[in-house]
Amino acid sequence: MKKALRPGRMSYCPGCGHTIIHRIMGDLIDEMNLREKTIGSAPVGCSVLLYNFFDFDIIECAHGRVPAVMTAIKRLRPDKFVFAYQGDGDLAAIGTNETIHAANRGENISVIFVNNAVYGMTRGQMAPTTLPGQITTTTPRGRGQGGEGSPMKMCELISTLEAPVYVERTAVNNAEGIKKTREALKKSFLCQLEGRGYSFIEILAMCPTNWKISTKESLQFVTKMESYFPLGVFKDKRNFS
Amino acid sequence: MIKNGKVLLKGNEVICQAAINAGLKFFAGYPITPQNEIPEYMSSHLPAAGGIFIQAESETAAINMIFGASAAGFRAMTSSSSPGIALKQEGISYIAAGELPCVIVNIMRGGPGLGNIRASQADYFMSVKGGGHGDYHCIVLSPASHSEAWSMVMNAFDYADYYRNPVMILGDGIFGQMMEPLEFTEYKSIKKLPSKSGWRLDGCAGREAHVIKTLHLDPPDALITHNARLQKKYSLITEELCLAEEYMCQDADIIITGYGITGRISREACSVLRASGIKAGLIRPISLWPFPAKIYAQYKGRKFLTVEMSAGQFIEDVRLSLSGDKTEFLGLGGGWYPDTEQIVEKVKNIL
Repeated sequence: MKKALRPGRMSYCPGCGHTIIHRIMGDLIDEMNLREKTIGSAPVGCSVLLYNFFDFDIIECAHGRVPAVMTAIKRLRPDKFVFAYQGDGDLAAIGTNETIHAANRGENISVIFVNNAVYGMTRGQMAPTTLPGQITTTTPRGRGQGGEGSPMKMCELISTLEAPVYVERTAVNNAEGIKKTREALKKSFLCQLEGRGYSFIEILAMCPTNWKISTKESLQFVTKMESYFPLGVFKDKRNFS
Repeated sequence: MIKNGKVLLKGNEVICQAAINAGLKFFAGYPITPQNEIPEYMSSHLPAAGGIFIQAESETAAINMIFGASAAGFRAMTSSSSPGIALKQEGISYIAAGELPCVIVNIMRGGPGLGNIRASQADYFMSVKGGGHGDYHCIVLSPASHSEAWSMVMNAFDYADYYRNPVMILGDGIFGQMMEPLEFTEYKSIKKLPSKSGWRLDGCAGREAHVIKTLHLDPPDALITHNARLQKKYSLITEELCLAEEYMCQDADIIITGYGITGRISREACSVLRASGIKAGLIRPISLWPFPAKIYAQYKGRKFLTVEMSAGQFIEDVRLSLSGDKTEFLGLGGGWYPDTEQIVEKVKNIL
């Protein structure tokens, strides 16, 4: 039987968080026997080519518009498993409006938000989640010195809305974090499959290439991110009664 | 579904009911004058007919919902007015690139900028020449009456599905707001429509995975190949789908040309001119893209008057169709519209 992940190597940089997250998702989709009912999204950004790695129906969306596109697909095909996979620029800058409103409508979709604090594909500009003081190609003196504002805390923001059912932040920089990410994604997938509603999983992920540090140091950088983006469950309205 | 019999409706409502008759399953829109009757009508009538209505958070979100709905294999429509259509243009480019069928309604108002809420035809360039980025075309159809809009909108869904291309219905504030009696007819497909099972997103059970994408990186000439295929399709559409009304052109000394409501007023002017002994004719393009250039070419050498509710956009296609021949012009942007007397006077001045 076909697997959710296609055989062969992914084209991400060494040490990239996307590779780990794709593996967790592929593993879960196979375990939960979802491949043939999955409709996924490919966002603008490093993961735009995810249809080269996953073997199920996928739609590549305009920058930031994933939640709007997946809203329509899930409404029209409620029996399918629909996920919105997005990076930080996509979800929290250009697509903030679509993100907030899909959450506020309580669309029954699983949003997977990969936060690596930088624009990866365009080679390292400031993201909405770039840390205070973090040097990027567009914040050469460090974020916060030139009116760039503070990092957007999306789990916290989404949690203030009425409709979202499950909101959690995890990280994939160590074995424990990978295990927790797997559990969080499984909760999110089940939340949708059981018809409970909107779930949002933010995953802190490594980008050693654009952080311009070694893969080993990138694991520690994620730990530093955690001091600004605390891990944990922000909202759990799943009602198991 | 409303059964046969005459009813009095606004143009905006005619569009809605025709779309629902044609099997519309998904509508997303955002309030903007003068098209508000469309989302309002859809919010009650579409769910009652088994479809889905969403009031989107923006025009941008709405067009991207249409992108998703069409990719899922369903008949989908959005509507807006000029500034809102400008916002949708990015999404329309993606829809054209992904070869996804859908219908987009533009009830034009005055521009540029916030302009005003009066009728206008100043979105001609934006609608007919592209609007979004890249080499693509929407099929653009312009109704002059409610009965024409009724069949046009139903046909639009067929054209969209048949050619796998977005179709724009280009109306204006007068058409959208005015009421006319209309006789409902049943929807009947005008084309043998291709199955969507080869590309739609409905889960990959028992088949290879489907991918809807507009990025073409590999091999290096992938985008050239894709664009060549799109251009071939556009050539085919140009060959098969040039629509226009010709009225009293054969013996005409002067041919007035205008589209939509302007074409309708020009037709009235023709009748008035004929009654006073002036041989006037009319060409009213119904498809603005593809443009019915061949019909104009038949009358090369005649005097022409181009009338439009904009400052000189439509006239460019008329000039191209007349390959160098001159046309007189009556037009202005900003909510002005020509009345019969103005057109008659203009023609008398020309002759």
